[in-house]
Amino acid sequence: MKKYKDLTMGFLRAGVLGFGGGMACLPLIQREVVDKYGWVTEDEFGEIVAISNTLPGPINTKMAGYLGYRTAGVTGAMIAVCATILPSVILLILLLETLTRFREYSVVAGMLQAIVPVVGVMLGIMAWQFLTAAAKEMKWLLVLGQLAIVALLVVTLNLHPAIVVGGVIALALFMPVKTQNTANGGDES
Amino acid sequence: MIAFATLILEYLEIFWVFFITNILGYGGGPATIPLVQHEVVDVYSWMTEYEFIEMLAAGNALPGPIATKMAGSIGFSQAHIIGAIVALVATVVPSLVLKIMLMNFLMKHKDSPRVKRMSLYIKPTVAVLLGIIVVQNFIVSFAAMAIWHVVALGVGSYYLLEKRKIHPSLVILIALIYGGGMGVFS
Repeated sequence: MKKYKDLTMGFLRAGVLGFGGGMACLPLIQREVVDKYGWVTEDEFGEIVAISNTLPGPINTKMAGYLGYRTAGVTGAMIAVCATILPSVILLILLLETLTRFREYSVVAGMLQAIVPVVGVMLGIMAWQFLTAAAKEMKWLLVLGQLAIVALLVVTLNLHPAIVVGGVIALALFMPVKTQNTANGGDES
Repeated sequence: MIAFATLILEYLEIFWVFFITNILGYGGGPATIPLVQHEVVDVYSWMTEYEFIEMLAAGNALPGPIATKMAGSIGFSQAHIIGAIVALVATVVPSLVLKIMLMNFLMKHKDSPRVKRMSLYIKPTVAVLLGIIVVQNFIVSFAAMAIWHVVALGVGSYYLLEKRKIHPSLVILIALIYGGGMGVFS
């Protein structure tokens, strides 16, 4: 019983304090499961993150679900996932309902307009982080080349982004591997 | 009977959209944003581009994982509580079950160059797809308000986020106050 309560509290905190999604949540989860509750060691945590990165899907819920499962079985996984996602989902639904109800008021309309460019900047920073993370492990020329090809495919040729993503994954999996592998640089997390 | 069938079909579509976008979403939640946008705006026309950007903006103003916030609110706007639950299950369960089942197998292969390449190669792609949304955000903004407001908000938030390392929630709060004032005095 106490384990369920701890899982709820731990992932509630990590979920509610995390901004921006993705990798940004990892230090918060680590603080709960390694430092506070000691469910896994720091090394184990690092391994679990590395393995998460080999699978698709949101990082947050993969981490919460797996750690919950390891700590308290299937029930633990469900508790940890719900604690991670429910508060923010419910908040967003309420916020959007409220905003659409009051959008004729010029104050609310102004607020909605003003956050759009700010979120644009936030997403731009995120896009830049993806680029620099890639450039840590391969040459900038290659990064920019790939950038140009993807932009051409999606913007000019109007290809479905899912097809481009699927193609890139297939390329990574099935292209022959060079024997001398120099790409051993930065860490994902 | 027909109403029931269309409802089931709608749940199936919601499930499919969030299943496919998250199963292709390497790099976590943010990487799925452009994929979800393409499905719900271009393929299924559940919302306009402007509505999507507004939803994304509101979602980013709140804490918590972005993929599940998107799924929950889009599912809810399409088919209420059950729609939200279907979208959330499609987002969370497949990758989680894969992870729990494949943990031991992946432990052995996590250093394989092919697996490493996968999460590396996907990064520039995600950057382009996110970059497209950034451009859309600014096109929408320039259409909605005076240029100097867009410049003030854009440059100001970049300065606060990157140079002063102010917490995102605080930056959003400042933008909300600015926008409230802008709405009143325009």
